[in-house]
Amino acid sequence: MGRRSALLLVAPAVLVIGVFMLIPMFIALGYSFMTANPYGGVQAPMTFDAYIQFLYQRDFDDSMVFAPDYIFIILRSITLAVATTVICLVLGLPVAWYIVCQNEARRRLLLFLITLPFWINTLIRTYCWILILRDEGLANNLLRWLGLTEKPLPLLYTDGSILLGLVYTFLPFMVLPIYSTLERIDPRLIEAAYDLYASRVAVFRRVIWPLAKPGALAGATLVFAPALGSFLAPDLLGGGKKLLIGSLIQMQFTSSRNWPFGAALSIAITAVILLVMMLRAWQAPRREVRL
Amino acid sequence: MSRVRHFDWRHTPGLAPLTVAILAFLYAPLLILVVYAFNASRMVTIWQGFSLQWFVAIAHNGDIRSAAENSLIVAVAATIASTLIATAGALSLERGRLPFGQGLVGGLVAMPLVVPEIVVAITTLVFFSALGMHNGLFNLMTAHTVFCIPFALLPIQARLRDMGGTLEEAGRDLYASEWMLFRRITLPLLAPAIGSGAIMAFVISLDDFLISMMVSSAGSTTLPVYVYGMMRLGVTPEVNAISTILLAISLVFVTSALLLGRKRRAT
Repeated sequence: MGRRSALLLVAPAVLVIGVFMLIPMFIALGYSFMTANPYGGVQAPMTFDAYIQFLYQRDFDDSMVFAPDYIFIILRSITLAVATTVICLVLGLPVAWYIVCQNEARRRLLLFLITLPFWINTLIRTYCWILILRDEGLANNLLRWLGLTEKPLPLLYTDGSILLGLVYTFLPFMVLPIYSTLERIDPRLIEAAYDLYASRVAVFRRVIWPLAKPGALAGATLVFAPALGSFLAPDLLGGGKKLLIGSLIQMQFTSSRNWPFGAALSIAITAVILLVMMLRAWQAPRREVRL
Repeated sequence: MSRVRHFDWRHTPGLAPLTVAILAFLYAPLLILVVYAFNASRMVTIWQGFSLQWFVAIAHNGDIRSAAENSLIVAVAATIASTLIATAGALSLERGRLPFGQGLVGGLVAMPLVVPEIVVAITTLVFFSALGMHNGLFNLMTAHTVFCIPFALLPIQARLRDMGGTLEEAGRDLYASEWMLFRRITLPLLAPAIGSGAIMAFVISLDDFLISMMVSSAGSTTLPVYVYGMMRLGVTPEVNAISTILLAISLVFVTSALLLGRKRRAT
């Protein structure tokens, strides 16, 4: 294939994604420096108000008051995303290792079962937990039937239910990359370690974990990024009362009609995610040198 | 000749039950949804016998029907466009040699996978409004095409890599033109992967909620956006039934795509 045909063939993909995704990001960056139009959209003049709003609130007499509400929402979102990542890692790593240890046919079946939920509508997967967790839901009915509680426990609309929904949504993202790095492991390494009287724990710490680490890092990025910007789990399972950054952004474009602030928030989380990915890229070569 | 130490490293105690528990965690909620969808009682959680009445109610709901039509129109258009774009792109990335920025192009094409959905949703909204484009259905088709490209691209690119270039080189040695090579060798071998890429794109488009919610306008509501509206109003048997239908559609399509992918390995 000549260079010209190579260029011609890839041009549609580059153009479509460039025009409809990359350029919109820059437009959003521009919007974040504009003034909000109360009817939606933006207007002149250019300001930094949207970014100042992260920390300060403009009072009626035009003085700035320190208002940490938004920073708390951002910190809460980051905390929940980190917690989701950690839980997914703790649950996903053993599962990935278990799959690696199976024969070909069972591996294929297990991988299929882990992958399948990824393709099922997140809206519906999240909704299932409302059926289970609400006051008249399955969990509360079960607890009452067992006589463990008189009144229904408030299971839904808590930080716990949001976290549960996030882990449920993103767990496959952690298992798959860890599996694909562990799959290439050389069994002789483990046998050698056992021959040298390493315990199970030592084998895990000194052989399996170092080899699983690149996959775990990839999985952590794949879980953290969408969890940080997630909308459905906080909205449906958190009841929309406890805001997270995803719903906060969505609100700016619907009920609150503050497009510049919404754009600034989007820029902020994109920046956080880019930073995380750059840290990963920066760590990766160092690890290879050590090997 | 006695081996004192237990040597079977492939067997770690406790991992099998943990994996079973995780799979139960992943699938039990879906099963519960399906069971409730067939429950005759309006009080969702109390079982009062098997019934199909909620599915009948869904079939007679005009709003759901028109939302389903919108979803189908958008998904079909986005599938065709993204599969064509992805096939060309995969050929170029795997077989061609770009004069510049091969890595950059790969990164750009993977962008819809990395950027959080909410950011894609609002930047797309901002873009269409900045250009004054208000045709909901057309905007949806465009937005869906963009995020379907990487999903269609992945299986096609993987297949091209697996295939290797030997057959194409053999053809080239026999003086086949580039077009003939593509028609007679690459395309027939690539067809199952293109099929599975197209199905993936279709499912991703059909399932999309967040981007559709921000981009669609009054007349162009898609099915997931409509269902979300129903969910906000509360748990009803109708929501369970329509969710079960969406679940079944995803399962059927994805299973067939993965089976197509498996056939690829057999050849």
